[in-house]
Amino acid sequence: MEPGLYHLLFISTALFFIGVFGFLTRRNLITMLMSIELILNSVCLNFVAFNKYVWPGELDGVFFTVFIIAIAAAEAAVAIAIIINLYRSHRSIDVEVAGELKG
Amino acid sequence: MNAMPATIYIILIPLLPLLGFLIFGLFGKKYFKTSSGLVSIILISLSFLLALYTAYTYFFILGRTDGVYQAIKPIQLTWLSFTQALSIDMGILLDPISVMMLLVVTGVSLMVHIFSLSYMKGEERFPIYYAFLGLFTFSMLGLVLSSNIFQIYMFWELVGVSSFLLIGYYYDRPSAVAAAKKAFIVTRFADLGFLIGILVLSYHAQTLDFQTLIQRLATPGTVQFSSAVGSGFLGISALTWGLSLVFMGGAGKSAMMPLHIWLPDAMEGPTPVSALIHAATMVVAGVFLVARLFPVYSISAPIVLRMIAFIGVFTSLFAAIIACTQTDIKRVLAYSTMSQIGFMMFALGVSGYSGEDGLGYAASQFHLFTHALFKALLFLGAGVVIHYVHSNEMKDMGGLRKQLPVTHITFLIACLAISGIPPFAGFFSKEEILMAAHEHEPLVYWLAILTSGLTAFYMFRLYFGIFWSKPFRNEHAHGHEGTFPLLAPLVILSIGAVGAGFIPFGHFVSADGRILEMPLHVGFSVLPVSVGVAGILIAFWLYQTKNDRPDRIASAWKGLYRSAYHKFYFDELYMAVTKGILFPLVGKPAAWFDRNIVDGAVNASASLTQGVSDRIKGMQSGRVQPYAVYFLIGVLLLSFFLLYIWIR
Amino acid sequence: MNLLILITLPLLTAFAVLLSPKPQHARVFSLAGATLQLLIAVLLFLQYRASVSNGPWAFESMYDWYPSWHIGLHLGVDGISVAMILLTAFVVVAGVLVSWNVEKMPKEFHFLLILLSLGAYGFFISLDLFTLFFFLELAVIPKYLLIGVWGSGKKEYSANKLALMLMAGSALVLIGILALYYAQPAGAGSFDLTLIGKNNIPESTQKVIFPLLFVGFGIFTALFPFHTWVPDGHSSAPTAGSMFLAGISMKLGGYGCLRVATYLLPLGATYYSNTIIVLAAIAILYGAFATMMQNDLKYINAYSSVSHCGFVLLGIGMLTKTAITGAVFQMVSHGLMTALFFAVIGMVYERTHTRLVAQMGGLMKVLPFITTIMFIAGLCSLGLPGLSGFVAEMTVFMGSWEKVETIYRVITIAAGMSIVVTAVYILRAVGQTAMGPLAHEEYKGYRDASWNEKLAAIILVLGILAIGLAPFWLNDLVTPSTELIMKKILSSK
Repeated sequence: MEPGLYHLLFISTALFFIGVFGFLTRRNLITMLMSIELILNSVCLNFVAFNKYVWPGELDGVFFTVFIIAIAAAEAAVAIAIIINLYRSHRSIDVEVAGELKG
Repeated sequence: MNAMPATIYIILIPLLPLLGFLIFGLFGKKYFKTSSGLVSIILISLSFLLALYTAYTYFFILGRTDGVYQAIKPIQLTWLSFTQALSIDMGILLDPISVMMLLVVTGVSLMVHIFSLSYMKGEERFPIYYAFLGLFTFSMLGLVLSSNIFQIYMFWELVGVSSFLLIGYYYDRPSAVAAAKKAFIVTRFADLGFLIGILVLSYHAQTLDFQTLIQRLATPGTVQFSSAVGSGFLGISALTWGLSLVFMGGAGKSAMMPLHIWLPDAMEGPTPVSALIHAATMVVAGVFLVARLFPVYSISAPIVLRMIAFIGVFTSLFAAIIACTQTDIKRVLAYSTMSQIGFMMFALGVSGYSGEDGLGYAASQFHLFTHALFKALLFLGAGVVIHYVHSNEMKDMGGLRKQLPVTHITFLIACLAISGIPPFAGFFSKEEILMAAHEHEPLVYWLAILTSGLTAFYMFRLYFGIFWSKPFRNEHAHGHEGTFPLLAPLVILSIGAVGAGFIPFGHFVSADGRILEMPLHVGFSVLPVSVGVAGILIAFWLYQTKNDRPDRIASAWKGLYRSAYHKFYFDELYMAVTKGILFPLVGKPAAWFDRNIVDGAVNASASLTQGVSDRIKGMQSGRVQPYAVYFLIGVLLLSFFLLYIWIR
Repeated sequence: MNLLILITLPLLTAFAVLLSPKPQHARVFSLAGATLQLLIAVLLFLQYRASVSNGPWAFESMYDWYPSWHIGLHLGVDGISVAMILLTAFVVVAGVLVSWNVEKMPKEFHFLLILLSLGAYGFFISLDLFTLFFFLELAVIPKYLLIGVWGSGKKEYSANKLALMLMAGSALVLIGILALYYAQPAGAGSFDLTLIGKNNIPESTQKVIFPLLFVGFGIFTALFPFHTWVPDGHSSAPTAGSMFLAGISMKLGGYGCLRVATYLLPLGATYYSNTIIVLAAIAILYGAFATMMQNDLKYINAYSSVSHCGFVLLGIGMLTKTAITGAVFQMVSHGLMTALFFAVIGMVYERTHTRLVAQMGGLMKVLPFITTIMFIAGLCSLGLPGLSGFVAEMTVFMGSWEKVETIYRVITIAAGMSIVVTAVYILRAVGQTAMGPLAHEEYKGYRDASWNEKLAAIILVLGILAIGLAPFWLNDLVTPSTELIMKKILSSK
């Protein structure tokens, strides 16, 4: 059976919720960052899938995917910088430790 | 109307005293420490001379046109125009009554200025005293010369404030401050009526100018007249309302019942001030106001005039009864002033407009004129006495005829004049008033006869109490009666009190402006004069020598005596209303309501906001994951909302 | 005259004050700037009188600011704004003089004063609602700081309350302005007063927008029941702060009610006229009665401001030419008079260190100048002829009486009663503090007013006398402008 749009959407949804689940349950910042990457990837997959099956003549979805990959890279860099700083000051990368912004 | 261009000088009559006020008010303390009195006297004498000249030209040079003295308006400037028709104009209106008042005000003011030179000598705020006198004289002259009903209201307020300042001249005495406040507030309350009356009248007459207003509202048939009579409130026509309210202002200034409570207390001021303001000039402003609008009252609202007559005569009787029991000589004089103003008021009230009917009007103005002379004399005489014995109380006096001979004689003349004994001035004017009352309102007449008997009694009670009664003993007293400035005004005024009655007053002032012969019938005069003489004899019997008869009578009529001694409890009544009702039941709740309900609502909204934020600030945990959960829930809710509710 | 100078001069002054090398120089700069501004205001007045303008606005000028949204700095004045500018100039000079000896951070204090005046000047000359709003906000912030930093008593509480309530008013005004923008025909939307005036806005829309604008501006001018910031704010503010607050800020509200709410939304104004006058009459009487019960001089004057500003709203609500003119008179008169009163209270407080009436007495003996000024301010407040209060109140009364229906009559009479109550509380306050026996022996050591205090008082008294003795010049200045407003109201019906 040829994989269709629905299969891809199913995978992307699964990926998205795995990412969300990971983001909400993990305390380790690195793992959380990875979960965010999963969410982003699910979005990328959506873009590419829609591009291929709905508007095959266009390239917009692909472009967006490229943008997202670039931004994700930048974001990862910033996030890791923050995490390193957090580790330096708190000796830990557990999100629960950083509660200074509490109202 | 042949108005001379030269009449412009009249503006100087009020402006000269104003100049005095400005100079002494601004520079008095530095440069006029002692000379302010003399400079003031010069200024006011100039005013007086100009007033004499004005009167001479007005009555004898200009004379009558068509049998009446025409009103002249030498000056009229628009001061503040509200609409095309309604504007406050600053103008001068010369007609017989204003010219007469010019003479009275400048004349008495001059006497008081001279008298004060010695009386107020050595006062720390001597220049300020003269400044205030100047302010008062200016305002009073402005009042009598007003050509516009709003202008008169303005000067009306100004005389009120100068009266406040002068009553409160001894500002470190709490009683003086209280009296000054009382005088101002009570008259202010009355002025509220005056103001609303002005609004009512001007709305219907569509003018604020006196002459136009009188002409429109006193001529049945004009558009304005029918508008004023046609509309009404509570079944009473607007015109009646307006005139009654204007009279309320007059009643406040002239201390008519029940707005009289301020006048006796006003005696806290220096005695010359009482003579000028609270006897001769300001307190008759109410009479003047009614006289000014007399055609309107008489032709368009006789009912109001009737009310004025009864208020006048009751005030007169009421004040006379109280005067019999007071022991402070200035208060006796104050009540006698009230009583005499009552005479003037009811004289207006019983008067008609034209011809012989207008006797009451002329008599009222005549009495105003003579009363100013002898009452000022009485007050100044009382001033000399007070100056001498340093007390206001009758018990500290007695037997002063040897120490104060000039005062004694002049005081006696004034007492005879006020008691209506011929041939003194008061006899003539009072006689005309009684005659007018006799013709129009018998009840008023009989009450007035009773009052004149009482008048003679209490005045001679005062006279005997001061100058006879018991030999004088007082270690604080001065060695001599007084200097020239103290006694000269007494002599001059007593000449007036003797001679003023012989002026053919009706030839100058009458309701319709035509010559009015004021008749004197010997047969009619017998009763009032004998009542007066009887009053004097009773006073002689009771007070000429010290005896216990007065006390016996007082204890025999205990109830009446006590309530009269306490002024029929009017002060207590007012206190109950203000302190018992107005302050605790209106003022306090208003302040409380504002702090607790209105402001409470504001504060409640603030604390509500704070409370809510306190509750929800826990959500700001600083933890990323709960935020993400909220975010997710939000997104889900929004998408649900968008997909299933909004889009559909 | 280019009106831009009216806002550039305070701006320059403010910078000069801020950058002055020594704190003592700051007050000199600020006084110089304020005096210069006063001269310019007088010059403006003279030029305005001389100019024969063919439109409602004189000295118009236009500068682009945000053209795509039709926001621009559109400047122009009419008689009413000239009167307000004169008032502001007088009060600012007096306020600066009174704060001559401020010890705590004088530089910042004067900077804020000048900044506040900048906001007021900008507000009065703006013909563009957006910049008008901008300047309105500019006048609020300095007040917060003035009270919060230099105030006395519960200053933080009062500053918060004042700022929050005024901000709430501003928020309503902002919503109103935006609503007004979108209420105009599509594409013709504008923030320009002169253009909005020409667009016809349907009555149903006016009924919605009018309350927003009127209540918003009304909060500034102590509209009942949103007046409670007045007593607290005034009593906690430093002397000059109270003067500016009562003399200028409250007038921003009155001017806004008239110029923005009533002028642009005549149908709304007609519809709500009865509500306004009832609220105004309540404020007048209730304010007066509440004043009677106060013991603190500043509270007395603040509550009496509520009562007096009621006359402004009453005049506007009556919607007759005379009444509106009276409202403008009352704004000018009340501005001068309360500024004077607050200045005097400040002078007394500096010496006696109390503002409680009951604790003072007999000050006339030791402080003749100050108490005389106090008398003048008090007499003006109770409407003595010859002083400005009388002219203003009488004009409002005359204007109100033009309305025939019984309800208007009743309300006018009720408002009239306040003149008696005013006499009671003024005489009580002044009589107790100035007259009577000397309350304390140490009063004998007091020095009467210094030169700067004298000058400040004299400037304000001159203003009061100029209106009180010769109101015709103000009448000639204001009436043509109110006539135009009236014409618009009548033609919209």
